[in-house]
Amino acid sequence: MENKKTYWRGVEELTKDPEFLKHAYSEFPEFVPVKEQSGSEGEGTNRRDFLKLLGFGIGAVSLAACEAPVKKAIPYLDKPEEVEPGIANYYASTFVDGGDYCSILVKTREGRPIKIEGNKLSPVSAGGTSARVQASVLSLYDSGRTQSFLKAGATITKEKADAEIIAALAGASQIRIVSQTILSPSTKAVIAQFKEKYPSTVHIQYDPSSASGILDANKQSFGKRVLPSYDFSKAKTIVSIGADFLGTWISPVEFSKQFAAGRKLNKSKKEMSRLYAFESNLSLTGSNADYREPVLPSQEGLVALSLLKLVSGGTSSIKSAKLKKASDDLLANKGASLVVAGSNDVNVQIIVNEINKVLGNYGTTVDINTPSYYRQGDDAEMNKFVDELKAKSIDAVLFLNANPVYDHPRGAEIKQALGGLKLSVSFNDRKDETSELCTYLTPDNHYLESWGDAMPKKGQWSLIQPTINAVYGTRQAQESLLIWAGASNTNFGDFVASYWNANVLSGASFNKALHDGVFSSASSSEETSESSTADISAAEAAVLAVKAGGLEAKLYEKVGMGWGSQAGNPWLQEFPDPISKATWDNYVAVPASYASANGLKQGSVVTVKANGKEISLPVLIQPGQAANSVSIALGYGRKISGRPKEVIGVNAFALASATGSVSYNLTNVTITPTGEFREIAQTQTHDTIMDRPVVQETTLAQFLKDPMKHRFQPMITTPDGKKKPHEVSLWVKEHEKPNHLWQMAIDLNSCIGCGACVISCQAENNVPVVGRDEVIRRREMHWIRIDRYYSSDAETKEEGKYFGSNYDALEVASDNPQVVFMPMLCQHCNHAPCETVCPVAATTHSSEGLNQMAYNRCFGTRYCANNCPYKVRRFNWFKYFDNEERFPENISMNTEMGRMVLNPDVTVRSRGVMEKCSMCVQRIQEGKLAAKKAKTAVKDGAINVACATACPTDAIVFGDVNDQESRVYKEKMVENKERAYAVLEELNVQPNIHYLSKIRNNEA
Amino acid sequence: MQVTSSVRAPLVTGGKKAKDVTQDICRQVEGAPTRAWVVGMIISLITLGFGAFCLGSLWWEGLGLWGLNKTIGWSWDITNFVWWVGIGHAGTLISAILLLFRQKWRTSINRAAEAMTIFAVLCAATFILAHMGRPWLAHWALPLPNTYGSLWVNFNSALVWDVFAISTYLTVSLVFWYVGLIPDFATIRERAKGTRRFVYGMLSFGWTGSAKDWSRYEAVSLVLAGLSTPLVLSVHTIVSMDFATSIIPGWHTTIFPPYFVAGAIFSGFAMVLTLMLITRVVFKLEDYITIAHIESMNKIIVLTGSIVGVAYITEFFIAAYSGVPYEQYAFINRAFGPYWWAYASMMTCNVISPQLFWIKKVRTSIVWTFILSIIVNIGMWFERFVIICTSLHRDFIPSSWAMFYPTMYDVGVYLFTFGFFFTCFLLFAKYFPVINMAEVKAIIKSSSENKKSH
Repeated sequence: MENKKTYWRGVEELTKDPEFLKHAYSEFPEFVPVKEQSGSEGEGTNRRDFLKLLGFGIGAVSLAACEAPVKKAIPYLDKPEEVEPGIANYYASTFVDGGDYCSILVKTREGRPIKIEGNKLSPVSAGGTSARVQASVLSLYDSGRTQSFLKAGATITKEKADAEIIAALAGASQIRIVSQTILSPSTKAVIAQFKEKYPSTVHIQYDPSSASGILDANKQSFGKRVLPSYDFSKAKTIVSIGADFLGTWISPVEFSKQFAAGRKLNKSKKEMSRLYAFESNLSLTGSNADYREPVLPSQEGLVALSLLKLVSGGTSSIKSAKLKKASDDLLANKGASLVVAGSNDVNVQIIVNEINKVLGNYGTTVDINTPSYYRQGDDAEMNKFVDELKAKSIDAVLFLNANPVYDHPRGAEIKQALGGLKLSVSFNDRKDETSELCTYLTPDNHYLESWGDAMPKKGQWSLIQPTINAVYGTRQAQESLLIWAGASNTNFGDFVASYWNANVLSGASFNKALHDGVFSSASSSEETSESSTADISAAEAAVLAVKAGGLEAKLYEKVGMGWGSQAGNPWLQEFPDPISKATWDNYVAVPASYASANGLKQGSVVTVKANGKEISLPVLIQPGQAANSVSIALGYGRKISGRPKEVIGVNAFALASATGSVSYNLTNVTITPTGEFREIAQTQTHDTIMDRPVVQETTLAQFLKDPMKHRFQPMITTPDGKKKPHEVSLWVKEHEKPNHLWQMAIDLNSCIGCGACVISCQAENNVPVVGRDEVIRRREMHWIRIDRYYSSDAETKEEGKYFGSNYDALEVASDNPQVVFMPMLCQHCNHAPCETVCPVAATTHSSEGLNQMAYNRCFGTRYCANNCPYKVRRFNWFKYFDNEERFPENISMNTEMGRMVLNPDVTVRSRGVMEKCSMCVQRIQEGKLAAKKAKTAVKDGAINVACATACPTDAIVFGDVNDQESRVYKEKMVENKERAYAVLEELNVQPNIHYLSKIRNNEA
Repeated sequence: MQVTSSVRAPLVTGGKKAKDVTQDICRQVEGAPTRAWVVGMIISLITLGFGAFCLGSLWWEGLGLWGLNKTIGWSWDITNFVWWVGIGHAGTLISAILLLFRQKWRTSINRAAEAMTIFAVLCAATFILAHMGRPWLAHWALPLPNTYGSLWVNFNSALVWDVFAISTYLTVSLVFWYVGLIPDFATIRERAKGTRRFVYGMLSFGWTGSAKDWSRYEAVSLVLAGLSTPLVLSVHTIVSMDFATSIIPGWHTTIFPPYFVAGAIFSGFAMVLTLMLITRVVFKLEDYITIAHIESMNKIIVLTGSIVGVAYITEFFIAAYSGVPYEQYAFINRAFGPYWWAYASMMTCNVISPQLFWIKKVRTSIVWTFILSIIVNIGMWFERFVIICTSLHRDFIPSSWAMFYPTMYDVGVYLFTFGFFFTCFLLFAKYFPVINMAEVKAIIKSSSENKKSH
């Protein structure tokens, strides 16, 4: 429609005022007033105007200076095609740390790696991760890493260092490369090329957590110095003799996944594998065992030998009902059983090989024809190296990501001998015990900055690709070696590609392999005879010769710390040990009987003396620790340069003996109290469940008989008779959840308590590290925790009747307790007690069932946290970010580089506000948005939360229960209906998290 | 005025005349500060200074300076808050309920008790602010219009009820107290010269002493007494709901409202006694605050103490009888768990020691009264600590069970309120008439009454 209305700019236009018309069509119809106001005509600016303008100018400039800080955000000049701000890119890669292997996807945002996820395409790790894998992304941004090449501690240019090192190598008569296990075939090819140039080079591999015993045993039994592939999923009976295969032994992610497969129950699968553990310290495996017997470290061999006798029809020298039962079970499941031992004693491993052979497990659960390469170290060769070093018959050593001064029992000897070398080079990431003593420190890239590959087992290949340019002045070790070897093309990425094209891919696409991260090649037909050639009787005699002696000690690895390669990672330092829940320290775990007999309390500092060396550590009273033995974690006490506190805990490697293969079992240990006290920072200090139906469990036999009997089913008495809690409501009408209802099912049968979820959540949700003192004050910030309960010998007279029961005894854990792990996070209650009490409605419920926190609105009364029956809310007691003075360990929020790891989708919370699990609401939103753009419904599995993706055992299932096809719906409503329960159901808070009760495969 | 039987013992002893009353009360206001007052003031200011440092650090650094943790979100802060609110209760009770019940003995003590109420409520308010993670946003607790559209406070939350209860209480008490002060300020004004006359003139709002003034004064007093009376019950009822409406075993208890009110009166009276016994000696007011006053108050203490005692035992019984395991454990843990000593202190101080007041010699003894009044307040502090801290430290899920260890800053902020309270009280005692002259004059035996008794 044509607009016929006329608008006038003013009455002048209407009246056609001549003065107006004169200027009407010029750009500025009115007079510009400046000139008119100035004094006399023709003059531009007078003095007063000048002063005014000057004053304004100064004021404006100074104001602008105050108000606008310089932001260091530099936009791309040429935006890379694949980088879209706000959109994450995922790259397949591989986590490799010594012999530890995990195939991963790296999430990058704006070119920064910020999160690790498991790679489901890998047949080896199959999407599982561990706490160490999850935490490794933080190490990338650790400003404590050495940031340039160093010579004797002073910065040196790469070119100069190369020239000097090449000259020194040329003049060296005996060169050694010392490394941990190298999984990478390309790296080995590089070393071979280096050897060609310098023929005197010998490459020595050793493992801080040595499996030399198994390798040597297999060499004797089968003629091949390799590890077999194990398959725990096929085993119906598993016996572990001191092998913590769920926590730290060989390849825990892979084994956990297999083990969990045998433990899961559903509508059609009503059988479970059974796990026996004979061990001295309570390990993750032992705490998941159906039957566990504490044995002295020195008796591991004897247990294996007795088991061998029993399975071959003989009699055992150890009178143990559990051992007898284990052998019966093993014999009943011939060919579907598995015996593993953690001992590094070749004789024990020969016996274990023999047991598996007698049981016919080779070819089913143990596959020697598909060897795995996680541990290749040779203790004897390393010993030879140390001797040579001491004898000064070597003049150049290259430490390829190895820190033997710290993590080899003969570290002190190496330390002394290193001084006299012509050339010593370390590729370590920082100034540590070894690299400090080396002339040159030519730091290697972090694996996320590197090219590389790995061959975890025969036929399984894996690629490492850089997800960021080297953030510091480091250079990949392989590249350095290629340069020193005088290679024409020193680009290791090209090297890997050509190696793969030549040796691995047999015509398949390299880019496809790079995209997938993994590649499986057809296995060659090379078969090893399964008949053992080892001398069993000699091994038997050797095992019988081992005598128990005095107080014994076991040196073990912690799930989070391992052998200390990531000791500088504050996420792992604050990661609660799955068993003791201790952080920031190692300690001497003693059984309660020993502590009370010797007047030791938790935290009493003692001096431990063994093999002529001594260290001082606080005591932790550990239920399940074998009587007359103690255990000490390795991996602590490592020098972490670049932090205010450079050493955390005490190094226990020195206590181990290295005559022959390294032995982590110590006899004739003495413990003397020093009279000092050091509190151990534990995130959980109450050990028992106090006979409460928080964890509901039963045995498999009971469960099959009556699946509902073990379930606590509270009823509320109402005027209309007894009702289930959820049938009683104050509200007339429930709020509807019409679109989605996000819920979780957590299977207590699958959860092994490894804690990968804890670190995954920490990385995803920018959870701060608070440090040891704050953990002692019980203020750790983890959004998900793993509650660990020990069973108690006492129980209430009647379930939940404390009056008249011996409630003191309920607090005391058994000497050899049954253990249960329970992941605990915000339960997202539909009738949330936290929501009603918040005075400012800062925590509210979404129409999708999420309990939400509006950080901005929170003013921190903490009423919600008090009223939370699950105690999952976390308060920001201090400002954890930009507060390096108080929280130097919180590097992801307090250092310029560390901040790069923060997830930009998640707010960093300020001081004084409450926080808690959001059920990864950022991922839910992202997934919903993607579905909306694709104009489809949200598919089950398209959204997954950080804890669930990290879980190696798929214990956590997340999804939308409004979708009846979803896994979570099926898990709790169909497959495991009888086992699903809500914790504290009687409170009628109606959680959205449900647990599947724990079923043990035992008789107790 | 109401007729009083001539056989009743006089409420004011020493044959005081109206003029003596004026003299005795104004003496403090008009004279130079006494040495005792100056010493008291210095100690109060030092305490206040140290407390202010702790409070300032707390606000600068964060609540982490306190000993709280993930399990125990409230401890000394809310204990002190409830304690101070409880102490404030006596003032309103004395001035409002006793006024309505025509208890004339209250006239000598109501002024100081009301002042105490106001200062105590201010101390309590300090903790409301101090316990917040972000105290600079405290105004969000008020239903103020804002730019967020329909964003409102959460009326389901007992903390919001608290905000209303405490602020109403403070306002009404303050007005009530001030209205009572007006005639007395006028008396001081009449006796003063120069600046003092001007200041007290301003404070007395131009009081003339006319019959119309007095009639309005009486009317307003009655109206305010009527308004305050429900507040005596409501404030601590609502404070108790902070706990009663939660789900934590040991908090979630329907007995809390009456039990808290009784406890509040109990501790309030004890605090009034502590302060009055000192004031009485220092300001030589023995004739106005007599043994009869002390005895009457002790009787109320033994009554409310016994109510509280019955409540403690009832809670225990209900826990056992309910069959709810968490409830049972909460109470067993109180009495025999790691905080047994707090429970034992509470029981001794609150239930056992006030029973001594059944003995006439004890309840008319100034020394005994003074000691027991302090013991009662210690006991009442422990009561709140027991309820708040021991209920939280071991609730439903054993993995989270924790202990609370106070830090210097927990103690410091508590000391801040002591410093604040005594500074205010000393200023009040020095510059305001500590006894209501106008009302006391109405209860002394007049010369005409003396004649009649011949």
